[in-house]
Amino acid sequence: MENERLTFIDRMIKGKWIGKLLLTVIVLFAVWGVGNKAIHNPQLFIQQIINGLQLGFVYALIALGYTMVYGIVRLINFAHGDVFMVGAMVSYFAVGSFHLHQWPAAAFPGLPNFISLLIGTISVILLSMAICAILAVTIERIAYKPLRNAPRISALITAIGVSFFLEYFGALPFVFTPNFITYKRPYEIVTWYIKDGIHRLEAGKAPPQGGILFSNNLIIIILVTVLLLLSLTYIVQKTKIGKAMRASAYDKPTSRLMGINVDGIISITFALGAALAGAAGVLYATAYPQVFFWMGIIPGLKAFIAAVLGGIGSIPGAFVGALIMGQAEVLAAGYISTPMRDAIAFSILILVLLVRPTGIYGEPEREKA
Amino acid sequence: MLLEVQDLNVYYGAIHALQGISFSINQGEIVTLIGANGAGKSTTLNTISGILRPRSGKVIFKDRDITLTPAEEIVRLGICQSPEGRKIFATLTVMENLEMGAFTQTDKNEINRSLERVFRSFPRLKERQNQLGGTLSGGEQQMLAIGRALMSHPQLLLLDEPSMGLSPILVEEIFNIIQEINAQGTSILLVEQNAQMALSVAHRGYVLETGRIVLSGDSTDLMNNPQVAKAYLGAH
Ligand SMILES: Nc1ncnc2c1ncn2[C@@H]1O[C@H](COP(=O)(O)OP(=O)(O)OP(=O)(O)O)[C@@H](O)[C@H]1O
Ligand SMILES: [Mg+2]
Repeated sequence: MENERLTFIDRMIKGKWIGKLLLTVIVLFAVWGVGNKAIHNPQLFIQQIINGLQLGFVYALIALGYTMVYGIVRLINFAHGDVFMVGAMVSYFAVGSFHLHQWPAAAFPGLPNFISLLIGTISVILLSMAICAILAVTIERIAYKPLRNAPRISALITAIGVSFFLEYFGALPFVFTPNFITYKRPYEIVTWYIKDGIHRLEAGKAPPQGGILFSNNLIIIILVTVLLLLSLTYIVQKTKIGKAMRASAYDKPTSRLMGINVDGIISITFALGAALAGAAGVLYATAYPQVFFWMGIIPGLKAFIAAVLGGIGSIPGAFVGALIMGQAEVLAAGYISTPMRDAIAFSILILVLLVRPTGIYGEPEREKA
Repeated sequence: MLLEVQDLNVYYGAIHALQGISFSINQGEIVTLIGANGAGKSTTLNTISGILRPRSGKVIFKDRDITLTPAEEIVRLGICQSPEGRKIFATLTVMENLEMGAFTQTDKNEINRSLERVFRSFPRLKERQNQLGGTLSGGEQQMLAIGRALMSHPQLLLLDEPSMGLSPILVEEIFNIIQEINAQGTSILLVEQNAQMALSVAHRGYVLETGRIVLSGDSTDLMNNPQVAKAYLGAH
């Protein structure tokens, strides 16, 4: 009797019934709930979608690093969220202490204000990307490379250790300090609202009822993300290095037989992923203007979930997963309650692992030779 | 002498896979290494390619000691391997697989010449250049594996069991192409279990048995050797 029940439950888990049932119920419930609210107040709904898009695009940039690194070394790089934090911090100091965003105005006083701010902001983002790339390659060389042939769990635990190191090293008083720091953007926020056409919202004024708000920050986040995504896609699909990355992800010994410097390719992968996380750090800080040594943990975890949802190892998967995560979170926060956003994120992780551990785009793990 | 292997000892942990083997390949030759399963043939090729390290012994290529040279450098020096089981990059297209074979090459014109040469030898690959490597048939994958190795423009081509799993007609075709490649000036070290075929195209051969070379000589001599005939050519 006892035995029979066990095998029944076993079968249910194996057939993933529980997960699928749960998923169906939740999706129906969510569609009904959100749909209902959307019909009653379409402006609010569209506003949520826009906010979710902003968050989703930032998650996408972080998630790509998780997925690329996993694809090539089968490591969940838990220090990735902290690299994102360093990216935000670097831009904070670049703008706050060194006024890097003002260099074009200083060097070419004749330039129109808009152009010089644009170049200045791009410089800040590029600096964060570069420093994060260097940091990640250093981490990889020191902490992960010696464990290349060790059991996977060793590298995973090391990644957690590196994560703690970055956080608490960052918390030192002469590094980033343990305080919450108000972030200074390189540019002023400009907000528009859509209600009978597009209007600029005067600073300090309350937005009108029923208007849909969006800011220059949203546009910048989307533009930068799309640009970086296109560049990454180009690198991975079209360049020799990108093809070598895919070859090495598939089969390292054979890649070496072809003369590919696999260690170098792995470093480049870490560098690319970290550069994207660095850019994400800057964008995230401009959207939620507060930086602190722990700020990488939650966005890092959410982006990790996004990568798992999309199918870890898959680049389009990371993007799609991140957009879904952004929407799910913002809708949960807007329509249920703010603390629900984290609960929703982690429920998604559990559901994915129950129903389809390989994610949306994932393929079943291939046996490695 | 193009390649000289001197008293090579290779271990996998406690397993003594190569027990002091020595052999050589001259410029322009096809040399075959025959032996049963587990004799150490693939181990030999992988040691030459630099992805296994010997405990002792030397590999000399064009008078240069390459025993401890990194694998990618060895490709650059002119040795490339088509590994056992083909090991095509399944997620890359045929063209991309070939480009990976040319990874060490920097001269665009040279790469294009190699590509033309590969397509002339294997017209089938040209037709399928945009197909994913993993979707090719076994025979086509073998052609791609050889073509990919040729893309590095090697002076010495290492082939590990190119006949494995192919129909007799296809084996014939592949071996004709191997001879063609050799006629164009590439020296070849051919590892085979199909001793009949291997000896019919090779100039010289070595017989490997549990990590030791037990016989060597001209192909015709080996073919007429009663020991070889009994063990590897299916004679009774
Ligand atoms: N990775 C490994 N770990 C441990 N032992 C190995 C490993 N690879 C090969 N061996 C052992 O080394 C010996 C030689 O293997 P090798 O693959 O070189 O044989 P082979 O002649 O290529 O055989 P086959 O014709 O089956 O390909 C065998 O006894 C094999 O079991
Ligand atoms: Mg073998």
